[in-house]
Amino acid sequence: MEQIRIHGRGGQGVVTAAELIAIAAFNEGKYAQAFPNFGVERTGAPIQSYARISKEPIITREQIYNPTVLIIQDVTLLDTEDITTGASKNTIFIINAPKNYTLRTKLPSKKVFFCAATEIALEIFGKNIVNTVILGAFAKHSELLSLESLKIAIQEKFKDKGASIIEKNIKAIEQAYND
Amino acid sequence: MKKIKIQKRVKDHILEGSRAIALTINNINPDVISAYPITPQTHIVEDLAKFKAEGTANYEYVRAESEFAAASIILGACATGSRVYSATSSQGLLLMIEVLYNISGMRLPIVMTCANRAVSAPINIWNDHSDAMAVRDSGWLQFFSEDHQEAVYQHILAFKIAEKMQLPALVNVDGFILTHSYEPVSIPSKSLISKYLPAYKPESGTYLDPKNPITLGGFFSSDAYFKTREDIFQDFNLSLEEIKKEYLKLKKVFNFKDNGNGLVEYSGAKKPKTILITMGSLAGTIKETLKDYRDIGLLKITTFRPFPAEEILKATKSCKNIAVIEKAISPGSGGPLYNEVKAAIFENEKINIKNYIVGLGGKDISQKIIQKIIKDSNNKNKKITFVG
Repeated sequence: MEQIRIHGRGGQGVVTAAELIAIAAFNEGKYAQAFPNFGVERTGAPIQSYARISKEPIITREQIYNPTVLIIQDVTLLDTEDITTGASKNTIFIINAPKNYTLRTKLPSKKVFFCAATEIALEIFGKNIVNTVILGAFAKHSELLSLESLKIAIQEKFKDKGASIIEKNIKAIEQAYND
Repeated sequence: MKKIKIQKRVKDHILEGSRAIALTINNINPDVISAYPITPQTHIVEDLAKFKAEGTANYEYVRAESEFAAASIILGACATGSRVYSATSSQGLLLMIEVLYNISGMRLPIVMTCANRAVSAPINIWNDHSDAMAVRDSGWLQFFSEDHQEAVYQHILAFKIAEKMQLPALVNVDGFILTHSYEPVSIPSKSLISKYLPAYKPESGTYLDPKNPITLGGFFSSDAYFKTREDIFQDFNLSLEEIKKEYLKLKKVFNFKDNGNGLVEYSGAKKPKTILITMGSLAGTIKETLKDYRDIGLLKITTFRPFPAEEILKATKSCKNIAVIEKAISPGSGGPLYNEVKAAIFENEKINIKNYIVGLGGKDISQKIIQKIIKDSNNKNKKITFVG
């Protein structure tokens, strides 16, 4: 079972990111689960969300303690919170930071991938909303989802938000995927 | 080792739990819905209001200014012979309590979802079962769902039993854990549901009708009042068999299989040394944990009111230990479920029965916690333990 833990801040779309992963995995014929964990419901407060992908039905509802993938939407969280708890040498890290970024924290794994999601988000949306952007990097480096099924998930999830939003989000994940 | 069988179902969608419940309610075809938003129930009623606004629903959606008003509106609507639905959580449910007693006393078959949440103070929006336990004696049937699919089927079952027995029903779904999670689920169509649950046609003389005037909830002297309470008690007892019967039918019509009979569901070892007892979504986490054990079983209580005492006595007959794992506490006593299970197995004095209080205010219940409980369950020391 793949266990994906996402760390970010309130307002960054942390919960939506986990939901998109689950929708995309389900569309690929797998079992999937996603659920949130807000500390307090406040913009800017640290938030976690979880997604599981498996070939078997997923019945456990415990939070994710040993992530196989850790997505970090806000790199400053690494300095203030112990967000790498439970990660191992096999955990894949997808971090929103420029390519040449130097981490101040030592990570347990060498599978660390940077994605300049903020840069891409500012360029495409004019706002620092990185949740979909970073999923492009997630699909590429974890190989758990195809870019195509992510795009379909975005169309499904954002269908009430209009064509322009969907188009921008798809452009953003493509850019992150090909980066 | 006997493996726990997890029923594989082909699911049509991946949905948020709240959306799955809202779609089901729309397909059940209620006449009136009234609710006041409260976390974590909000998404359910938002979706139902949206269906109405989009023109895909036939019900009247009445906005209320509080939960007390919402409960009063559904009472009034149901008293006119309509099929009625509402949803709430925590403080919202507690604000409704006075009306809830009136609803059951008037024998109005309303179905309501409770997205279970802790009760203040201190303020906490997360899941536990304190709210459901606060209305335990209000005369409402109470069901608890393990996952989205069970929540979908329990709402259909709840309407069937409620309308048949003329008793209101509360369907409990764990707040956030079920209401805000995405997982695969199938939503039965309107036409399939109508095969199982036909349109609600109450008997003449049981509802408010200008052509056939009656009084509901009028003044009763002591003798008559006493009798109403005895009647409700008897009808709860009768509903035990009714739920079993209807659950069998439900499985047939909606074409699914599980180990449950609508009241309880047993899974795990054939001859268990220890049986864990719980309600709601925690059953999933326990089933996952039990894959590594060969002498432990899980008895999931799906119907809490009426309380399936006989089923529990039967299921635990030959085990040595019982661990009741629950998300509520009655200060000065113990876990409410523990006390009821203890009363149910009173005849079997050899069993070592223990109570573990977990998950209050949404504290995560990990598989490690379950392992810890299993390890401790055959000790005869402290009876009631908080594990977090």
